[in-house]
Amino acid sequence: MPTYTMIVNGKPVSVEAPADMALLWVLRDKLGVRGPKFGCGIGVCRACTSHLNGAEIQPCVTPVAECAGQSVTTIEGLASGDDLHPVQEAWLEQDVAQCGYCQPGQIMAAAALLRTKREISDEDIDRIANVCRCGTYFRIRQAIKSAAAKMS
Amino acid sequence: MTCDNEVPVPEARVPVRRRQFLTFLVAAPVLTVAVPGTAEAVIPTLPQPAEILDLGDILILAGTPTAGALAVLSVGEDGVVTLELPRAEVGQGITTACAMLVAEELDLPLDQVRVTLADARPELLMNQLTGGSNTMRSVYGPVRQAAAAARARLLAAASKQYGVAADRLSTKDGAVILPDGRPILYGLLTSAAAQLTGVFAAQPKPASEHRLIGTPQSRIDARAMVTGQFRYTLDQDVPGAMPTVVRRPPTINGSVKSVDSTAAKAMPGVLAIGVVPTGVAVVAETFGQAMAARDALKVTWNAGTIDALSDKEIRAKLQAAALPFIVPPLLTQHVDMEFDFAFVSHAPMETNSAIADVRDDRAEIWAGLKSPIVARQTIAAAIGLPESAVTVHVMQGGGSFGRRLFFDAAIEAAQISKALRRPVKLMWDRKDDMRHGRARAASHHKLRATFALGNVLTFEHRVASVETDFRHGLGEVLTATAASLPVAGNLSFAQTVFLTTCKVPYNFGVVTSLLNEVPLRMHTGSWRSVYSANTRGAEEILVDQLAKKMGKDPVAFRREYLKTARQRAVLDKVVAEGEWGRTMPKGFAQGVGFHDEYKSCTACLVEIDARDPQNPRVVKAVIAVDVGRPINPRGLEAQILGGLTDAISTTLRAGLHIDKGLPLEGSYSQFHYARQKDAPKDVRIFVMPATGEPGGAGELGVPAAVGAIANAYARATGVVPRSFPIIFPVDFEPFPR
Repeated sequence: MPTYTMIVNGKPVSVEAPADMALLWVLRDKLGVRGPKFGCGIGVCRACTSHLNGAEIQPCVTPVAECAGQSVTTIEGLASGDDLHPVQEAWLEQDVAQCGYCQPGQIMAAAALLRTKREISDEDIDRIANVCRCGTYFRIRQAIKSAAAKMS
Repeated sequence: MTCDNEVPVPEARVPVRRRQFLTFLVAAPVLTVAVPGTAEAVIPTLPQPAEILDLGDILILAGTPTAGALAVLSVGEDGVVTLELPRAEVGQGITTACAMLVAEELDLPLDQVRVTLADARPELLMNQLTGGSNTMRSVYGPVRQAAAAARARLLAAASKQYGVAADRLSTKDGAVILPDGRPILYGLLTSAAAQLTGVFAAQPKPASEHRLIGTPQSRIDARAMVTGQFRYTLDQDVPGAMPTVVRRPPTINGSVKSVDSTAAKAMPGVLAIGVVPTGVAVVAETFGQAMAARDALKVTWNAGTIDALSDKEIRAKLQAAALPFIVPPLLTQHVDMEFDFAFVSHAPMETNSAIADVRDDRAEIWAGLKSPIVARQTIAAAIGLPESAVTVHVMQGGGSFGRRLFFDAAIEAAQISKALRRPVKLMWDRKDDMRHGRARAASHHKLRATFALGNVLTFEHRVASVETDFRHGLGEVLTATAASLPVAGNLSFAQTVFLTTCKVPYNFGVVTSLLNEVPLRMHTGSWRSVYSANTRGAEEILVDQLAKKMGKDPVAFRREYLKTARQRAVLDKVVAEGEWGRTMPKGFAQGVGFHDEYKSCTACLVEIDARDPQNPRVVKAVIAVDVGRPINPRGLEAQILGGLTDAISTTLRAGLHIDKGLPLEGSYSQFHYARQKDAPKDVRIFVMPATGEPGGAGELGVPAAVGAIANAYARATGVVPRSFPIIFPVDFEPFPR
């Protein structure tokens, strides 16, 4: 079984895994990184959304081999220590979470969007396809707008 | 009130997390039943069963004998007060609301209160069921009384220690305040307070003195959730419990005929494979490896229980099962309508999941469970252990919407753990959760209203529904309270639930609502608002058509026929705030809906963009809610927002197609629950001022919004929708069975 080295939340890790194993299971079952959640396994609910070199990925459909030598950030690595990312702050401010299960993915999707674009339109937000089964979408929308305002 | 029934708590069943000194149980609440008055001028409708005693009252009644044991509070030496709550948190915000009740009574900062979910506590009998929008209704009294008694004990301890009469002491910010102003922290008094004997006067504060209850507060677990630190069932590490999945049959309730696991066993990471009643279980080092091996199994299957049935046959059965109307439409003007509603998956983000560690002489289970006592009984029977040997831990769940009333994953995990003689961490795949998990039952609705001389004379509703499974303890509740039920005759449990939840809120003369169920051996369960989303949603559509036929505006018509001023107030609120009747561009329209249940009421006004009738979007929603006494308006608004999104989803696009014994939908790319692009960009929720006791809120938002959305769609397109979801093609390639 091959060994892969990568940076996970700022720390170098080496992990033995089949090349085609989804990053989600490497994170959750081999490294104990439990922030990214399983919701579908086919990249459509996007509860596991994380970052690869700062860009949005769905670890449930990303083979670990594709991440070798690169930097993976999960929800656990978004804040700088106790200083939350502005998106996380906005999430608290709007009290977005209900059951909370999809929220790591929602937050990582919003953070990835705001990394590339500060002028956020409703259409940009509409393109975030993460499922929230509690139906918190309106608060998510408000939180993204609030975070965008703080970051610009 | 005097708390004269304090009793010591039994020895802790789980390892004590930290030193707890002050721990005791207190007094029971009093059930009150009110019959609302009626409006004038219109032909009044006699109170319906749900107005006399609703399902929530019944749950409270069944829980009354054990209400005194409900709230277990402990005051730590660190000043942190912990409430062990025998209910399930699944996102609805009850832990935050309960923390507020404790903080209020004890004059504590909110961040000094912790709320944990109690393990299954069989001594609570029927009082550990989370459902019916009943948590705040059922715990508002007991939790405040427990906290008030705790405060009284702390005051008594300070009185004794400092030689000051208790009535000269006060409490503030987590401390007893001496007459000279010195604060004595609760943590310093808890040991002495626990050693006191006797009875302590404990009257919860009058509402007029509340400083926290009724103010908007954020969730107590929000920070853990947004930082990824929050732990759900599958995020727990239980020694030896390895990732486990199940290969399931091609049709509902199919069973294993033969298995060839040769290839699967040889795959990397595979630890164990075994047959269980529901399929073939695979345990591996990672879920990825378990799923790969699951897919490599060669299995043949026995038939399931509804293999011959598809939507067409089920719909025909339902149409045939709807009971006849009483009133012939001969001499009066009338409106007749029929509606069909598809099956709907609960589809919580966290799929069915559980951890189980079954040994020869004991078992331990971890799962999100809304009826853990029944789960414990059922699991014990399934694995052949005495109930006393089974410990059931209630984990906070990643959504429920009714799903976690059942414990399908918990039983299955226990069976796998027993069969493979190892602890397991079981996760259902999404495809299985949607196809073999539970769903809201499909239903068919026949409605008839008659009118003459400008008045509604009769209103009849005949509901035919696929049987909804209530075997999660509700039968026991209804049996125990049978003598008090406001229904007569030999009604089934389902009919009793129907009649104690659904009521027509209008003075429509003679009103009759009847449910008839079609039993099918498939997996159903209550779905947020149980019968009301479909039943009341259909009624609100008929109300619009009835108003039209009687030449009245939908809002003016509802105002005229609603029974109470309180109901009219929420309607008036959305009419004013939502600018009812404003001019809309072609293809856009407003729609309104109303609902009264759980001692609460709500009105919903939406605006829809249906320029393309096949691609409608609700663009704005204005909602008013009167829940009697809001505990946490911020959490309440969250529940109403969630109910709105559920209504948008199930009315417009989200449903399950049943095809030869199995739902076709297998993931969110196929089951079209709303995404951000389907959600309104403008939502305004108005919480009416407190007037009485807390009513229910968790399910309240759905039915009114269903009616409002369907009515808006009808007004925008000129086509009254009759089948839900409205947009329901099989627009995907189904996964292989």
